[in-house]
Amino acid sequence: MALFQMTKTVIKSLFSRPATLMYPVNVAKKTANTRGHVKIDPAKCITCKMCQRKCPTQAIEVDNKERTWQIDQMRCVVCSICVETCPTKCLTMDNQYRPAMTARGGIEKFTVAGPKKKEPAPADGAKPKETKE
Amino acid sequence: MTKQIVVPFGPQHPVLPEPIHLDLVLEDETVVDAIPTIGYVHRGLEKLVEKREFTEYVFIAERICGICSYIHSNTYCECIEQIMGIEVPDRAQYLRTIWSEYSRMHSHLLWLGLFADSMGFESVFMNAWRLREHLLDDMESTTGGRVIQGVCKVGGVRKDIAPEKLDEMLKGLKGIERELQDLTTVFLDDSSIKNRLVGVGRLSCEDAYQLGAVGPTARGSGVDIDLRSTGYAAYGKINFKPVVEHGGDCYARCAVRAKELFTSIDIIEQCIRKIPDGPVDVKVTGAPDGEFFARSEQPRGEVIHYVKGNGKKNLVRHRVRTPTFTNIPPLVTLLKGVELADVPVVVLTIDPCIGCAER
Repeated sequence: MALFQMTKTVIKSLFSRPATLMYPVNVAKKTANTRGHVKIDPAKCITCKMCQRKCPTQAIEVDNKERTWQIDQMRCVVCSICVETCPTKCLTMDNQYRPAMTARGGIEKFTVAGPKKKEPAPADGAKPKETKE
Repeated sequence: MTKQIVVPFGPQHPVLPEPIHLDLVLEDETVVDAIPTIGYVHRGLEKLVEKREFTEYVFIAERICGICSYIHSNTYCECIEQIMGIEVPDRAQYLRTIWSEYSRMHSHLLWLGLFADSMGFESVFMNAWRLREHLLDDMESTTGGRVIQGVCKVGGVRKDIAPEKLDEMLKGLKGIERELQDLTTVFLDDSSIKNRLVGVGRLSCEDAYQLGAVGPTARGSGVDIDLRSTGYAAYGKINFKPVVEHGGDCYARCAVRAKELFTSIDIIEQCIRKIPDGPVDVKVTGAPDGEFFARSEQPRGEVIHYVKGNGKKNLVRHRVRTPTFTNIPPLVTLLKGVELADVPVVVLTIDPCIGCAER
């Protein structure tokens, strides 16, 4: 009985396509909801620090004097709470995972526009600048 | 008198997914005593509750375990909601039940796979994990995460499932149920598996009760405890019967898990048919002031979350008693009298999750 059951499964597997993907040659399947990594639109950030306050792993650091927004991708647990709390919707969740790293690092620093009251967002203020440790 | 020797088992061992150390005292090939040691993956998550706001701590509570993650966050949220007197909308309760059952199924399939692997039954291991992948796909498309869903929050859930997706899930489950029939027949009827499991590591009903066994370990010994019967989340509105086996041996514990897969499918189907329309969350204001014990049924058994707040954003105390922690004393009893070669199989039948046990 059981032997027959297993034989059925084995024969089915023999004639069906592999259940696995040839990753990374073939792209991994992702859905619209998948939490991959956090992305920022620096032109819209008002350095309100809501994301920094809400982050459970303290991966985000916002400096409103320097007007920088920094994320440590190694600390980030991709819970998406920053995306939900961001009042200007400048943070978005990309559905692709960030690439694997072979050394320590993962800190991404952006110069952002800053609060709107003081000055309108400069067009050249949206320069993403990456620094490595 | 035979000379006693001590054989260390773990913390690194091919069958152990996580580190637990057992000193096995042997007489010839028979285990006469086992001394467990834990403390290899302690992370201090309970202490962290003093440093994070109670709403953000949900994500940390979820990361206590990598397999039964969803139910941890669910139980923690239930604690906070009870203290603050928050009424969670019906739809959110049903969604929580659906995701809880998905997480139970994927945990059981993971275990069945690892268990088959520990006996050297590689093809069943591959098939169990192939089926598990379908469930993880459903979880990913509805919540955004494969094993860490991050979808529970204080006052409800963060994501809703569209009616079309619910229908699609229902259809998908029908297909999975058929394939599960084939898979579980192998676990329940195969002669080589029966030879390996029947009569090995017997735990009597009294021992299971006295030593505080929970979950499939207790139900495999005939103790009818299933926290889902208490009716938390939407379980009160669902008809189901806990799976209880009376053998008390490894085979009975394996059978409980195999049969619970179908109970889970049945519960999800009932939930999808009965789910009401409406909002999925309520706004939470203020902070918890008081204490509460919440209990719920994890794939591995009963989990207890204790939360104490003093009216501030940061909680004072969070204590978790996980199922694996309570299942270690029964494990020690189970190991007495088994052959050394059976130890890996016996250890796996309590479904040890050490990350849970040490937090």
